Amino acid sequence: MDNLSNYLVLSAILFSIGTIGVLVRKNVIVMFMCIELMLNAVNLTFVALSRHLGNLDGQIFVFFTMTVAAAEAAVGLALIIAFFKNRESIDANDANLMKW
Amino acid sequence: MDISALFFALVAIVAVVSALLVVTCKNPINSALSLIMTFFCIATFYVMLHAPFMAAIQVIVYAGAIMVLIVFTIMLLNIRTDANRKAFHNTALGTVLGIMTLLLASTFLARGKIIDLPGVITPELIQQVGHTELIGTVMFTEFILPFEVTSILLLSAIVGAVVLSKRNLS
Repeated sequence: MDNLSNYLVLSAILFSIGTIGVLVRKNVIVMFMCIELMLNAVNLTFVALSRHLGNLDGQIFVFFTMTVAAAEAAVGLALIIAFFKNRESIDANDANLMKW
Repeated sequence: MDISALFFALVAIVAVVSALLVVTCKNPINSALSLIMTFFCIATFYVMLHAPFMAAIQVIVYAGAIMVLIVFTIMLLNIRTDANRKAFHNTALGTVLGIMTLLLASTFLARGKIIDLPGVITPELIQQVGHTELIGTVMFTEFILPFEVTSILLLSAIVGAVVLSKRNLS
């Protein structure tokens, strides 16, 4: 089935774009959004393979991934706000207390 | 090329372009709007993969809840986009590493073999019974323990968010 490999290649591309974003950007919020993009690429893989194999387990996994992403969004954005209160900045380079 | 392949290509191009815009836009609010576009494209793929419930959840949870949270944070922090301050760092190294990730994934895809192991869930069954009912049956029988653990995870996230956003812990 050629359709499946199309979806897998597309999600590999989206995952790589998310990786580049996390590595390249300095803004913490944009890095956070790129992590969400990577999570979504993985979700797309899960649903495509679940459809191909005729099995719903992958879609249940996507459901749990979304729950984790929602929890992560709540805690992560609270962390970003706490960081902004301390440093008056959301630049990842300003979090250098543990820099070697 | 049939119409569904053409539609797939169109939505895929929109998804990749808006994902690239997430990375390249200097203003975080533009990145957030592009990310919403990507989420809608992924929801479209879920519909094309006969998973309408996942598409609905994608739009409600991701494009709705999570993105509203992110846009709200951007608004609350009120970050001014400084023109003279660099928005990127390590561009060359990051791009090389990202492309290496893509090459690694493509190698796995090219070398791996897709097995044909057709299960019981066919598009006809989804059409007949309904996707939400099928998901619900599996989730509340086979996956009931992970489902309950999820509620503990959400509770801890709520507690964590409240603790972190309190001004001073005494």
